[in-house]
Amino acid sequence: MSDTTSNYSDSWDRRSRAERLIRWVLWLVFVAVFIQSWRIMNEDTLWFFVEDAPRQFADISSRMWPIRWSYMDQLWKPLWDTINIATLGTALGVVIALPIAFLAASNTTPNAYIVRPIALFIIAASRSINSLIWALLLVMVLGPGLLAGIIAIALRSIGFVAKLTYEGIEEINKTQVAAVTATGASSVQVLDYAIIPQILPNFVSTAIFRWDINIRESTVLGMVGAGGIGLQLDASLATLAWPQVALIFIAILGTVVVSESISARVRKALI
Amino acid sequence: MTTAAYPTVWKKPPFIKSTYLRYSLWAAVLVYTFLALGSVEVNWSRVVEGADRGMRFVKAFVQPDFVSRWPNIWKGLVESLTMTLCSTVAGIILAIPFGLGAARNLVPGWVYIFCRAFIAVSRSFQEIIIAIICAAVFGFGTFAGFVTLTFATIGFLAKLIADEIEATNPHALTAMRATGASWWQQVNYAIQPQISPRTIGLCLYRLDINFRESAVIGVVGAGGIGATLNTAMDRYEYDSAAAILLIIIALVMVAEYFSGIIRKRIQ
Repeated sequence: MSDTTSNYSDSWDRRSRAERLIRWVLWLVFVAVFIQSWRIMNEDTLWFFVEDAPRQFADISSRMWPIRWSYMDQLWKPLWDTINIATLGTALGVVIALPIAFLAASNTTPNAYIVRPIALFIIAASRSINSLIWALLLVMVLGPGLLAGIIAIALRSIGFVAKLTYEGIEEINKTQVAAVTATGASSVQVLDYAIIPQILPNFVSTAIFRWDINIRESTVLGMVGAGGIGLQLDASLATLAWPQVALIFIAILGTVVVSESISARVRKALI
Repeated sequence: MTTAAYPTVWKKPPFIKSTYLRYSLWAAVLVYTFLALGSVEVNWSRVVEGADRGMRFVKAFVQPDFVSRWPNIWKGLVESLTMTLCSTVAGIILAIPFGLGAARNLVPGWVYIFCRAFIAVSRSFQEIIIAIICAAVFGFGTFAGFVTLTFATIGFLAKLIADEIEATNPHALTAMRATGASWWQQVNYAIQPQISPRTIGLCLYRLDINFRESAVIGVVGAGGIGATLNTAMDRYEYDSAAAILLIIIALVMVAEYFSGIIRKRIQ
């Protein structure tokens, strides 16, 4: 009996030797890829500027001082515009997202082979393109202004809201659907009485969460001409008016903090 | 007699129970919509003018031009991808100490406050705004983009890691403490096994986000495919711009697909 135990090692290892070898090679490849990417990325980097960065940073910070508080008078209107872009954009996006979510959910889609892939593609396309790029496109088409910003925010929100909602629809309790269907309800009634009540709290909370993100995103849409406080930021940066830039940063920070606390509170009340 | 008291028609219970709150919310929404729509000025003649360009852009999507600007697109893509990888790795490495520091059950109060404050600052500013500052400080180019994305990654991951640590089962930590384990051993044996599956998933998710963001920050001078896209737009080369957008969509979908597979295997 004693000679059989000698086949076992004294200490316990989580992985076999081959596994360890594979893991080691994978890590090696990963590190090599990382180093190579780092080198390619920094081919055109001027290290002189990077070394100079702390001084630059100190310089810019010192130029922001003293903050030009009087500029705030000119900021209220753009700030209001920013909030409108985010809110109207979210509203528009949510309205479009709801039907798309139903078309994309595998249990409510009318056609799993044609309609569902299209809906999923709309969601993926909307999610992969940032609202700033949408705004860049729309400013070109619609001209600068709030409308471009609103539509950009809406287009970006569709994917986000629809994705989270269709995942919610796929996870609903099927017994309720069966119960309502058993009463002889039409498919619209099933939707209205069995599915929507189940997803509504989640859907509203997703929409409010997106609104919170949109406030953040709409602050920079003005950089490409789509209205809001970003226009002021762009103008102040172009004229190197750092005291105004600092004030705009503070205004943005304040708005973001307030909207985040509102959204957190409402979502807590909902769930 | 009592049966008459019951209504014969059933109505769904409303989403917001208080009638007063429900109607005042509706009123507020109406007033706000009226005010907000009033502040939107639309220059319809400009829109009509732009419709033609819009159509050309839609046409460009049907016939994207990958070829004529391919060297520039390729360079932008390589910049974006390398930037994404480097900043995600650097961000993860730096997010771990901040995440540990921002977990209330692991560190003393002052470390907690410092780390949470750093995370809050990193999260409240949009990547674009950080990119503007970084481009001013580090000079235009990929390095500014790298710093931007790293900074944003730290805030994102550190918060989620910290929340994850605070939600771990405390018994494991107590048991490790009872054995007299050092702080590092506590983290290594009681915390790390509990959080690592989800954390790896989050890191992959952040890789996705970083690629998407790397496509945008080029607009303000931080390198990557966004810079190429911006140039294409400025020069009205819609077919090249459409090609770039399609590449971005395709890459994001591929990345999402693979990270989904990996996340499923880990969890």
